[in-house]
Amino acid sequence: MNAQIAAILTMDGVATGAIYVLMALGFVLIFSVTRIVFVPFGDIAAFTALTLAALESRQFPGTVGLVAVLAVAATAMELFAILRARSFARIPRALFFYLVLPLLPAGVMGFVSGATLNAPLRIIVTVALILPIAPLLDRIVFRPIADASVLLLLIVSVALHFALSGMGLIFFGPEGVRTQSLTDFSVTAAGVPISGESILIVVAAAIFCLLLFLFFEFTIQGKALQATAMNRTGARLMGIRPAHAGTVAFLLGSAMAAISGVLIAPVNTIFYDSGFIIGLKAFVGAIIGGLVSFPLTAAGSLFVGVLESFAAFESSPFKEVTVFSLLIPVLLWRSYTLLQPEEDGEE
Amino acid sequence: MGLLAIENLSVSYGKVEAIRNVSLKVEAGEIVTVIGPNGAGKTTLLMTIIGLLPCRGRILFNGEDITGLDTERRVEMGFGLVPERRELFAEMSVYDNLLLGAFSRRDGTAAVRRSIDEVFDRFPRLRERRNQNAGTLSGGERQMLAFARALMSKPTLLMLDEPSLGLAPLIVKEVFRIIPFLRDLGVSILLIEQNARSALETANYGYVMETGEIVRQGLASELIHDPQLIATYLGGQERAH
Repeated sequence: MNAQIAAILTMDGVATGAIYVLMALGFVLIFSVTRIVFVPFGDIAAFTALTLAALESRQFPGTVGLVAVLAVAATAMELFAILRARSFARIPRALFFYLVLPLLPAGVMGFVSGATLNAPLRIIVTVALILPIAPLLDRIVFRPIADASVLLLLIVSVALHFALSGMGLIFFGPEGVRTQSLTDFSVTAAGVPISGESILIVVAAAIFCLLLFLFFEFTIQGKALQATAMNRTGARLMGIRPAHAGTVAFLLGSAMAAISGVLIAPVNTIFYDSGFIIGLKAFVGAIIGGLVSFPLTAAGSLFVGVLESFAAFESSPFKEVTVFSLLIPVLLWRSYTLLQPEEDGEE
Repeated sequence: MGLLAIENLSVSYGKVEAIRNVSLKVEAGEIVTVIGPNGAGKTTLLMTIIGLLPCRGRILFNGEDITGLDTERRVEMGFGLVPERRELFAEMSVYDNLLLGAFSRRDGTAAVRRSIDEVFDRFPRLRERRNQNAGTLSGGERQMLAFARALMSKPTLLMLDEPSLGLAPLIVKEVFRIIPFLRDLGVSILLIEQNARSALETANYGYVMETGEIVRQGLASELIHDPQLIATYLGGQERAH
């Protein structure tokens, strides 16, 4: 391997890594606020790619059916809870948030799926359609067991992934898709060709990381999310509803997943079940950040991307093995260096 | 009709009954204290009033039955709790902790900023440390921050759970100086303390709780001279006043 190949591999790895960064940050965000390791995260990204591809080929995307099923289920559960509590005044609000709002993009889709949309519009419609999925899943699956242990939540989350990927097969079919490239631009720097696609991925990832940072540092909602992650009881005593914070976390997290889905769709062929392995790699990045640190998570995910790129060059069949083997030293390092007891606000 | 009225409240952890048939009242503008030994159910009582624990019985706030409402709604209505464990946001700055204290308020950022300034005037140490993480504060400063954060929601009823616990004697004095000041701001106070003498000296009315039940109640000024209480909680002979 010479320097030029190394440079190409690094570029490639950084681009892949940037996608993992987006997903891993979403993972950490959802986990820190809700204590849920959201395994179906990759599925969200894959469904985004599949939706985008369907719109491109002017087909009716299966996402609409998926969202409709979830919205109806969530609404039914919410109504049942309201009827039991006899607080009927909450019915219109529940109908709006669990039925109308999620189905709104789906309704728009009904009008536009036959029409030719330009690329930015396609992406916006796709993301709007994908966004309700994770919060609805949260309402249906996780809200009833919100006080369960992290392990139980994880196991349910794994089960949810399998359920979702089965539904993916029903709604999207078994064919793989690859969307049109977002740009044909490319540039050569020091003899190394850099595709516009890679640049776009890295820039988009950087922008969304920055937006996430600004949201957390400068908005009261962002601070309320952080507060919920740090101390649930403390947050409740301030009037911050953990369930509400969870919904916001799921919305933001799945926005990150949707964007990585948009970015990955032109460079990888995506099947209904491709999301799992992508999500798992992002998860390795999140583990490097200990599921708490955003900067470490970003660095870890970039590292995973670059490692994967070099591993694929050295020995393609072993690239997954190499990436996941990385978990062992990372976990060892984590368990030796970070075993401090959690500070609880008392001396 | 009092500000807060609790009627026949019972709370169980599984099969163990932590609180049995407790009734008490807080009038507007009053400091009411509940004293009693460790494990009497005092903290459980406060957690139930704020809605963190399910209960049997009724809790009335300004005459309205709030037993079915969740904690967040009660905070919006004007309940504040400074918990025994403080429950600060350790990795956030003092300023952000105060900002989140005003989360339930709906009167705009300018008003919230003004309140933060007022709170800093009252607790100058917090102004000095405004950009420091709450987790790096000393025990006394944390208690001040917990007070200040609870005040940010402009509560009508502030509940204090063992505010003097684990603090140095000088700071304990400071804490008991602040409590009447809060009342003068128009906040009614329900104070839970093991430090019975200081609590009764500060309060208008007192309840004594043992093993989940109210065993005595009366004006604080009378309770403090009660020979039986002196023997059990007030440490030996009565001091001259």
